[in-house]
Parts: sequence; C-alpha cells; structure tokens
Amino acid sequence: MAIIETKKLTRTFGSSIAVNALDMSIEVGEAFALLGPNGAGKTTAIKMLTTLLPVSSGEAFICGFSITTQPKNVRRVIGYVPQMLSVDGTLTGMENLLLFARLYDIPSKECKPRVLDSLAFMGLSDAAKKPVREYSGGMIRRLEIAQSMLHHPAVLFLDEPTVGLDPIACKTVWDHILQLKKEYHTTILMTTHLMDEADHLCNRVAFMSRGTLVASGTPQELKDSIQKPGSTLEDAFIHYTSETLSEGNNFSAISRERKTAERSG
Amino acid sequence: MLFQENERQRKDLDKSMRSFIRKTWVIADFEIRKILHDPTEVLLRAVQPALWLLIFGQVMARTRMIPGENYLDFMSPGILAQSVLFVSIFYGIAIIWERDLGLTHKFLATPTPRTALVLGKAISAGIRCIPLMLIIYILTALLSVHVLWNLVNIIGVIFLLLLGAILFSTFSLIIACLVKTRERFMGIGQLMTMPLFFASNAIYPIDIMPGWLKIISHFNPLTYMIDGMRLLMIGTPSGFSLLTDYTVLALSSSVFVLIGGSLYKRVII
Repeated sequence: MAIIETKKLTRTFGSSIAVNALDMSIEVGEAFALLGPNGAGKTTAIKMLTTLLPVSSGEAFICGFSITTQPKNVRRVIGYVPQMLSVDGTLTGMENLLLFARLYDIPSKECKPRVLDSLAFMGLSDAAKKPVREYSGGMIRRLEIAQSMLHHPAVLFLDEPTVGLDPIACKTVWDHILQLKKEYHTTILMTTHLMDEADHLCNRVAFMSRGTLVASGTPQELKDSIQKPGSTLEDAFIHYTSETLSEGNNFSAISRERKTAERSG
Repeated sequence: MLFQENERQRKDLDKSMRSFIRKTWVIADFEIRKILHDPTEVLLRAVQPALWLLIFGQVMARTRMIPGENYLDFMSPGILAQSVLFVSIFYGIAIIWERDLGLTHKFLATPTPRTALVLGKAISAGIRCIPLMLIIYILTALLSVHVLWNLVNIIGVIFLLLLGAILFSTFSLIIACLVKTRERFMGIGQLMTMPLFFASNAIYPIDIMPGWLKIISHFNPLTYMIDGMRLLMIGTPSGFSLLTDYTVLALSSSVFVLIGGSLYKRVII
C-alpha cells in the first residue's frame, strides 16, 4: 500500500513553477530520496507534504489523509526535520524534546520515559542536560531527529539531513537513520544533493530538476539505465539532469544554506 | 439519534478546547524556561523605565504640570504601561528570528492549533513584563510614590499588564507575518511605538491634550491599560470605569489573537 501518494502536485510562485505536476508513490517502510540540485523544488515538495505550504493544484495523500482537506490528521502521523535549525539553543536537549512530546499529545506520564528513550537511542543521554547551544552540529541533527520521532510517526521527512556536517558527524547521523529504519520501520522521505547519502540510505531515489521528476527507481536501476559500464549514481544524475541544470541560485536560497551550514558547523 | 450527535459534538468541542488551553500553556511554559535560563534581557529592559522615573519624572515633578497632584504618582503607572508596550511591540522580531532559524516550521508541522501557538507566545511576553513590574514597584517605593500596596490591586495590575502584553505582542506578530523581514519590521516597530505612547495618557492627562489628540487617545488601547493601572496602583478615579478598561483590552486582544492565528502560517511562505 502506498503511504505517500502525490497526484499532479504543483506549486507556483508568481510566474515561476517550483514543483510541476509531481506524481510519486512511496510504499510503507521505504526510504525514498528526492535528489536534485539547489532550486530543483525538493524543499517546496516537502513543505507541501508537511502541510506548511498550500498547494497550487493537485493533491497528495499521507496514510490516506489528504494534505489539502485533512491537514490536522496529516500532522499527527508525520515527523519533520527541516533543513534549518529547529531546536532552541537556550533550552537543554531534554527540554527541547519535552516541549515537542507535549505538543504531540503524548500522555504526560509517558513523556519523560519516551524522551529519555529517544535521547538514548540517538546517543545523546550524556548531553541531555546541557543547553543545545553547546552541542556540535551532528549532535543537533540527532536531537532534531529524536524530536521528530517522539510520537513514533508513520512517515519521517528529512530535508537535507546532513547539510553542513563534517564527514564524521555525517556518518553518525546516517548510522542513526539506518538504525531507526530498522527498529521502527518508519517510512522515510528525504531530500539531498549528496549522491552518496541517497545511495547509502535509500532503497529508491528520484531525480528532480526544475520542479519536475525526471527519473526514479532503485539506485542500481538508475545506474544501469544509462548503459555505461561502471557508472555511479552521480553519472546517472548528470545524465538525467544535465540539460536542465543551472549554475545559479537565488540570493535567499544561498544565504539560507550558508546560515544553516554555519550553525551546524 | 439527534441527542447523541449533539452530545458527540459537545464532547469534541470540549476536547479541542482543553487541547487548546493545554497547548497554549506548553508554549508559554517553555518561553518562561528560556527567560529563566537567560534573564539578562529582562534585567536590561528595566534600565529604560528606571531612567524615565529617575530623571524625566524627577525633573517634570518640579514643573507642577498637574495642579494638586504629585507628578511622580501620576507618571508611575504610565511608565509601567510604557515598559509593557516597548517589550511587547518588538516581540515580532523574535517571531521573524524563529522563522529564520527554522523553529517556526517545526511548530507548524505539529498538531498544535495556530491560535494556541500565538496566544502561548503572547502570554510569555506578558510574563516577561512581570519582573519589570517588580522593579518599577521597588523604584516607586524608593521615590516615595504613593502606591497602594494591596494584594488585590497588585493582582489587578498584573492582569492588566498580561492583557496589554497579549494585545501589543500579537499586534506585533501580525505585523511580522505581513512584513516578514527584520529590517522592515524594525522600521515599522519604531514608527508605531512613539505615536502609541504619545497618544496616550502615560505622561500627561487626556484633559490637557488638544482636541484631535483627545479623540485619537480614545482609540488607543494603551490609554485604557493606563487608566486601569492608575486606579489600581495610585487610586486615581478611573476615567472610563475599570470594567470598560478590562473589556476593551480583553476584546481587542481576542480579536488580535484570532487574526494572528490565521496569519501565523504566512510568516514561513
């Protein structure tokens, strides 16, 4: 059964089309990556699916709930880790998690044990009582993932989960995502522009370029599809998106990315 | 059948109301924890009202502007209200800051009513003002202002302060949701504060205002907050009645929270 299904999902900003008639279907327990260059529409797609951005046309269903007519139900079954920082620096790691446990209607008796469990799961027990501003970038990312998993959502959205992290922190975050997939069978939809990341974590990937889905399949299928021996996911990516690739990026996107990198670095 | 349906609807409403109150408190609770972790900001905020009372107030007291009345007595409630206005009116900048960080996205993706997010934050702006109130009360005692040290009156002042803070911080949030950038917000914030302050009875009575300003001051919620505070702090007879003061503040706060709740999601687009 498809747990995420989009039908001609479209979002325009003025005259520019950020996401153009996106059709995709993701099965329960899958880890699915949307790959694409900056400005391809990945984040816009995630924002629509997490009910943060109204759709211009089309429709999508998550666990059978419509994102346009049943946004409240959708919010109960999803976890979301935005690309930017989403924890409060002055509060401790534990307080940050308690805040969200209560916002997700976890019964008050269960809040604390659940928070302690997820801190342990993400390897943050020792830092639980430290203010988050003393955390490293990798620790913050793990805390954010813990925060989104407190209510055991059916679907987890990760928007560029390792942006701005050094390779070692990256590896730890990956390990925890894999562990989480194994233990909770959560369906994961992530965006990234790192081929390695998609290859390592996901069983299915889709290439996005200028708002359109240009190809999708397992990493192996995509590598094989370009019929060049020994090709990597990157080769496939260039093959499918080269015609539409653009050098530039707008000012606000770049400044946002730099800020995120700076904070997590 | 119909009875069961009504009963079910009543229960749903009851449940969503309780959820609204609980979530509002969760948001306020965490904002308070933030203040407790780092109280410097609140303490620094006290410098401005202290200057108004210690310098402006002392000098103006010599002019005998209001015959038969001690000017410092007259001014103290006005300065408390002014501090509440200044703290609250720049609250929108915190909303833009949280948006830039990404926290707002996270809040909006949870099953929390938008009005609960807005009201929770507004209440925390009010709670931020309570230490200021304490400092201003201590200063007035040092300056021998004739303050009514009566628990019921003090609680009454706290309620006025909370309502005023909810009103002005939500107004600020609405502006933030409309203008969206810090730079524009700062400009507008500066533009709003002084007219609100001058078109009120904070540092001079309505009676001595020119006619046109008198009219404007009646549309300024700050006037009603100060009117109530003056009655409860100093015992000056109210110009409108205390009930009017509370009603104006409560009604306008509710309207602003509802507008804020419907606009809040726009801050991230």
